[in-house]
Amino acid sequence: MPGGRRRDRLRWSKIYTFARFWPTVGDDEQPSFHGGPSYSRTVHCNQPQLHRKKPFKYSSNYITTTKYNVITFLPKALFEQFRRVANIYFLLAAALSLTPVSPFTPVSMIAPLAFVVGLSMAKEALEDWRRFMQDMKVNMRKVNVHKGEGQFDHKQWQNIRVGDVVKVEKDQFFPADLLLLSSSYEDGICYVETMNLDGETNLKVKRSLEVTLALDDDEAFRDFTATIRCEDPNPNLYTFVGNFDYERQIFALEPNHILLRDSKLRNTNYVYGVVIFAGHDSKVMQNATKSPSKRSRIEKKMDRIIYVLFTLLVLISVISSIGFAIITKNKMPNWWYLQPDQTTSLYDPDRAALSGFLHLVTALILYGYLIPISLYVSIEVVKVLQATFINGDILMYDEDTGNHAQARTSNLNEELGQVDTILSDKTGTLTCNQMDFLKCSIAGVSYGVRSSEVEIAASKHMESEATGDDAGVYGSYEVELDHEIDFKSDNPRKPTIKGFSFEDDRLMHGNWAKEPTADTILLFFRILALCHSAIPEPDEKTGGFTYEAESPDEAAFLVAAREFGFEFCKRTQSSVFIREKYSSSEDLIEREFKILNLLEFNSKRKRMSVIVRDASGKIFLLCKGADSIIFDRLAKNGRMYESETNKHLTEYGEAGLRTLALAYRVLDESEYSDWNAEFLKAKTTIGPDREAQVERISDLMERDLILVGATAVEDKLQKGVPQCIDKLAQAGLKIWVLTGDKIETAINIGFACSLLRQGMKQICLSTINNVVAQDANKAAKESLLMQITNASQMINLEKDPYEAFALIIDGKTLTYVLEDDMKNHFLNLAVNCASVICCRVSPKQKALVTRLVKEGTGKVTLAIGDGANDVGMIQEADIGVGISGVEGMQAVMASDFSISQFRFLERLLVVHGHWCYKRIALMICYFFYKNIAFGLTIFFFEAYTGFSGQSVYDDWYMLLFNVVLTSLPVITLGVFEQDVSSEVCLQFPALYQQGQRNLFFDWYRIIGWMFNGLYTSIAIYFLSIGMLYHQAFRSGGQTADMAVVGTTMFTSIIWTVNVQIALIMNHFTWIQHLFVWGSVATWYLFLVAYGMSSPTISGNAYQILLEALGPAPIFWIATIIVTAACNIPYLTHKAFQRAFNPQDQHVIQEIKYYKKDIEDAHMWKREKSKARQKTKIGFTARVDAKIRQLRERLNKRALSTSQSLEE
Amino acid sequence: MNNSAASTSSGSGDVPAPRRNSNRPKYSRFTQQELPACKPILTPRWVITVFTLIGVIFVPIGVAALMASNKVVEIVYRYDAVCIHGNTKDEKVAYIQNANTSKTCIITLTVPKDMDQPIYVYYQLDNFYQNHRRYVKSRNDAQLKDSDKANDTSGCDPEKTTPDGSPILPCGLIAWSLFNDTYSFSIGNQNLTVNKVGISWKSDRDHKFGDNVFPRNFQNGTLKGGASLNESIPLSQQEDLIVWMRTAALPTFRKPYGKIEQNLRVNETITVIIQNYYNTYSFSGKKKLVLSTSSWLGGKNDFTGIAYLTIGGLCFFLATAFAVVYLVKPRYVLLQI
Repeated sequence: MPGGRRRDRLRWSKIYTFARFWPTVGDDEQPSFHGGPSYSRTVHCNQPQLHRKKPFKYSSNYITTTKYNVITFLPKALFEQFRRVANIYFLLAAALSLTPVSPFTPVSMIAPLAFVVGLSMAKEALEDWRRFMQDMKVNMRKVNVHKGEGQFDHKQWQNIRVGDVVKVEKDQFFPADLLLLSSSYEDGICYVETMNLDGETNLKVKRSLEVTLALDDDEAFRDFTATIRCEDPNPNLYTFVGNFDYERQIFALEPNHILLRDSKLRNTNYVYGVVIFAGHDSKVMQNATKSPSKRSRIEKKMDRIIYVLFTLLVLISVISSIGFAIITKNKMPNWWYLQPDQTTSLYDPDRAALSGFLHLVTALILYGYLIPISLYVSIEVVKVLQATFINGDILMYDEDTGNHAQARTSNLNEELGQVDTILSDKTGTLTCNQMDFLKCSIAGVSYGVRSSEVEIAASKHMESEATGDDAGVYGSYEVELDHEIDFKSDNPRKPTIKGFSFEDDRLMHGNWAKEPTADTILLFFRILALCHSAIPEPDEKTGGFTYEAESPDEAAFLVAAREFGFEFCKRTQSSVFIREKYSSSEDLIEREFKILNLLEFNSKRKRMSVIVRDASGKIFLLCKGADSIIFDRLAKNGRMYESETNKHLTEYGEAGLRTLALAYRVLDESEYSDWNAEFLKAKTTIGPDREAQVERISDLMERDLILVGATAVEDKLQKGVPQCIDKLAQAGLKIWVLTGDKIETAINIGFACSLLRQGMKQICLSTINNVVAQDANKAAKESLLMQITNASQMINLEKDPYEAFALIIDGKTLTYVLEDDMKNHFLNLAVNCASVICCRVSPKQKALVTRLVKEGTGKVTLAIGDGANDVGMIQEADIGVGISGVEGMQAVMASDFSISQFRFLERLLVVHGHWCYKRIALMICYFFYKNIAFGLTIFFFEAYTGFSGQSVYDDWYMLLFNVVLTSLPVITLGVFEQDVSSEVCLQFPALYQQGQRNLFFDWYRIIGWMFNGLYTSIAIYFLSIGMLYHQAFRSGGQTADMAVVGTTMFTSIIWTVNVQIALIMNHFTWIQHLFVWGSVATWYLFLVAYGMSSPTISGNAYQILLEALGPAPIFWIATIIVTAACNIPYLTHKAFQRAFNPQDQHVIQEIKYYKKDIEDAHMWKREKSKARQKTKIGFTARVDAKIRQLRERLNKRALSTSQSLEE
Repeated sequence: MNNSAASTSSGSGDVPAPRRNSNRPKYSRFTQQELPACKPILTPRWVITVFTLIGVIFVPIGVAALMASNKVVEIVYRYDAVCIHGNTKDEKVAYIQNANTSKTCIITLTVPKDMDQPIYVYYQLDNFYQNHRRYVKSRNDAQLKDSDKANDTSGCDPEKTTPDGSPILPCGLIAWSLFNDTYSFSIGNQNLTVNKVGISWKSDRDHKFGDNVFPRNFQNGTLKGGASLNESIPLSQQEDLIVWMRTAALPTFRKPYGKIEQNLRVNETITVIIQNYYNTYSFSGKKKLVLSTSSWLGGKNDFTGIAYLTIGGLCFFLATAFAVVYLVKPRYVLLQI
């Protein structure tokens, strides 16, 4: 598969290749090798001073990842803030408030804007400061640098320049991209850990050119000079082309010579290297892409609502200004008290059109209260607080790794509540990426008595099915399911040795020698111990060895070999040493095997081989690989055990195990040397077809093999994965598995996770390997289209509603179906299938599939993965979740949320997602409601002032409305609201569908809230006006002036919106009470304080509460009736909905409220089981299917008995 | 049959004690969002109770408010039409603007019911936009309060200075257009004294209008607006001005003129001599003279009572409706999923 499974290829391309040759490129070949535009960089080694000036002045090693610096912060951050259309509007309004057009004092416009923008900018500044500190920490790191005259001294990373020779010591990070010159090992190798680059924890071997091996002490650098010509900085981590001009010879450089910044030196005391790329030129920095900024659907919709409000704003402003122009033209000339003759253009009856136009500006500012200025900032605050709750959730804390869940970007919290499709990586996400050697088949005999998890689960099912009957379906079903879950989670087989769960006395403790096929078994163990590319590491604690292997199954093999008595203990350039112990009584014998060649693994070859010469001089080719590949390459006389092994392989596969076949071949000397000559030639070929050549030659050797046996390792599922998948399925989520693994493994895991089950119809899309045909593409596509159409028809024709389909597709086929003309057919088929498994998928394809689902279905997608190969998918999906487990940080860095175990996804989505969605949705609706309710009262009042732009409220009231008086209650709503408790969320996963269906933020609801706002504004205005008409409003005979009317109305508004939010809330802790009622109290306190201030500030509001309103009963009476009148419709609506159209959470709340869950357990259970989404995957579906099957069988039996009776 | 399904999800409290990791989030009921909370639910009982309660509270308030309003005796007399000569608007305006014509106008009012003192005298203007932005803004509070700031006339456009440039005090359109009709009352031959002291807010007199601030250059301009002020009386005692400066919210408004501190008996006839100076004819505004007693709720206005009765009644209706509905169609728990 071209470009397939990058991760695999990458690993294996780095491996320690033992063949001792390094192509040196002669002078004559030089022109063909470089000179292209990509070779433009020249590095003068050990002469950093040359890099101080042009043209060799490359970027320094100082890095910065901050968005702003001291100078750019203000303009850039302001620009960011004013990209929001609402903020632009308020900025304009604030600017205009300095002109006479404004209906308000400048401070009342500028203060809220400054507050809101200042708060957001402070947040930006804080975040950037943190990034800056992080950068500084890195820049200040110290490293040993050659200062000249063979002296090395410590220097900060930021001061390193290209051309510097640095000495990096054990467990230090490389400060820049280096060319490895020499190491503490004689042969110039060193081990590096590249966790920060690709997330892989295994060590990789790098080696220096032979010519620089001598440069292995400080003194040697006194007179060292060399020139490197190489490619320009680029983000490709796995390629490097260049050459090294040293002592008048030119040597080609390979990726293997390069030590990349941010990887770490391990197991090597020190290395010397010369800086090639520094700072932002280094590959890791070039790779640092800013993750795309994602916005949630709710926020996008919110923007649209803001546009709606803007339209409304413009509409009423236009109405106002037209009204104003007419009144100014027709009536104002008669209003002598306004001195219409001596007026400005603002109120000029002779130029009414101009006045009307200017009034439009006034009105746009005046009615600005329709647009909630503090909405964005409130939402930001709320989301940050929600994120801290997510981070602090103790139930998403993993004791083993010490990681807690982390909301890395808080602006997607509510999106978590709307996820429709989960696209999951397999390795490291669903599975632990820890392999246990469980079984093997040697010489046609299967060994290993332990069962795999899948087998245990299956047998458990069988048991329960046998006892299951169809009476009391709900009850027994519950118990059974719970029992099973308990069983699974409480019964972990804890292997005493990591990677080895094998148990069979026939092979253990040296007993294998007594087996009849001991010779083959010996060979089997030797293949395990020799055919790999791992490095042993002495374990000081136990005195044994641990293995740094390229893949976990390889490590499992070595552990197994060790346990069987074949301990791999040392590896040199050319040999592998094995301590063999044939039986417990015998002594250890250390044997040396010369490794002649290593034929690497890659995903295309699906096999690896080593050619070894043992002590007696015999040459063997040892090979392990995918069973299908090995079986194709067996010699005629090598098929002795084929049928038995094949049978065992099938069994293992069904048990969810990962299998490999092992084979060998004996070579004679001449055959080998002929082949080796060719192989060397191929290896030294320069040019693009080298790889193909090597592959072809390798292929020639890996033939006529003799089958030895097969291994089966268990890819352990992560804790709680099946349960989590079950719950997620019940919550209505679709789960797609995208894996780089092969199809068989993926299917096994699918079974283990209950994504697949027996009886499910599997639709496998595949392409025929037809390389010869000219229009292979076209043929493949046609056949695929046929397959898709057939499958779709099959699904459409399916009558049985319980029938489930699974779609399985591999990467190669995906390349075709992801093309534009096919992808929609594919998607249509895929969404009709209960589960979709994509195997052999490249990282790029993962991203493409994610995009297809995201764009094709228009629903929210969530991608979860742990490795560097998942980054694309994580960034592409609406929400990216990274598993912060063993495999480095790459996925986590790219993700929006990180959790340490797949099973936490359930809580993250079903609890936090559900809550956050509802909170944000309610909060935004309420925001619009309150601003419409308030803003429209201003408009109604206008109609009574000749549309002159006078506000009935004091400027200070308006200023405080959004920023102080109504902001905190809505924030508490957004942070603390819970419709049901977290336990209930988990027990009723179907509640999650409210988010998927977007029940709380659809247009129906939004418009409903807007109408509520409209009604409220009408009620507030007309009730207040009606009560405070021209009559005296106090027993003292005083009449109401504008300040009295405005303050009464405003008090009513404060009460109304706060009572409204109290009606919305389902969950009152002391915090909500404090903020809701505190806001009302604050208003009165403010009024008292404001009334006490100098009358030049407070104007007609001077002493208004204490003197005028407080003693007036009508003030209080008006507040009460307005509050009641405004909220009764909502209350009625709510009561009505709950009574006649209850939503799920209403019912659950009531059950809880009446304590039905305790008193009436049966009913609680029934409701719980009803609250599950009809799902076709997961445990529950499996059990359901089985129950149906049994029932059908019973029915049939009953039918047949009755028939027989009739006869 | 224990509720074992819960064990897969909950079990919050019994997480093993922290051993090594400082990373471990701290447990508190707050951070785990488990604070004790009351979760009010609109159960039928609550719905009916709440609506009934609102009804029970609102109806008596409504009744009380209506009674209070009914107790108030109010005499409203529109005099702008009777106290003018001329038929067309222009004639009326010309008449009212002519300084030489007599503006005196005598009307009689009959007391419909016994009126206990104090009886408040109001003038009521219609179609007068005291709430027009140009008008509302045209004042300077600092100037009114502080004798040092007499020259501070900012914001008073277009009535800032006299043509020769000296600052007007009180400046601005509001003061300039001060209402200047006067009323004097008598029953038979006996004059009814109208107490014009204390008709404004005390805080206005004490803190907003300075007792050492005297009118200056007021109504000296080419255009004469409304009333003139006695330059020897400090602003704090010019209560008509203080009252007028409190701009009304609506184009129809009443402002206190004075108090009659004497009981009036039913069918008594009051003679009112009106000096009809104020020009409302330009904009066809009505002028009314109002005599009104007051109740605990203020003047006569049935709106409050009716509103309360309506909402109270509505709540009773809703309570009954919900009660009936709950009885007829009792709720049973059923998930809709």
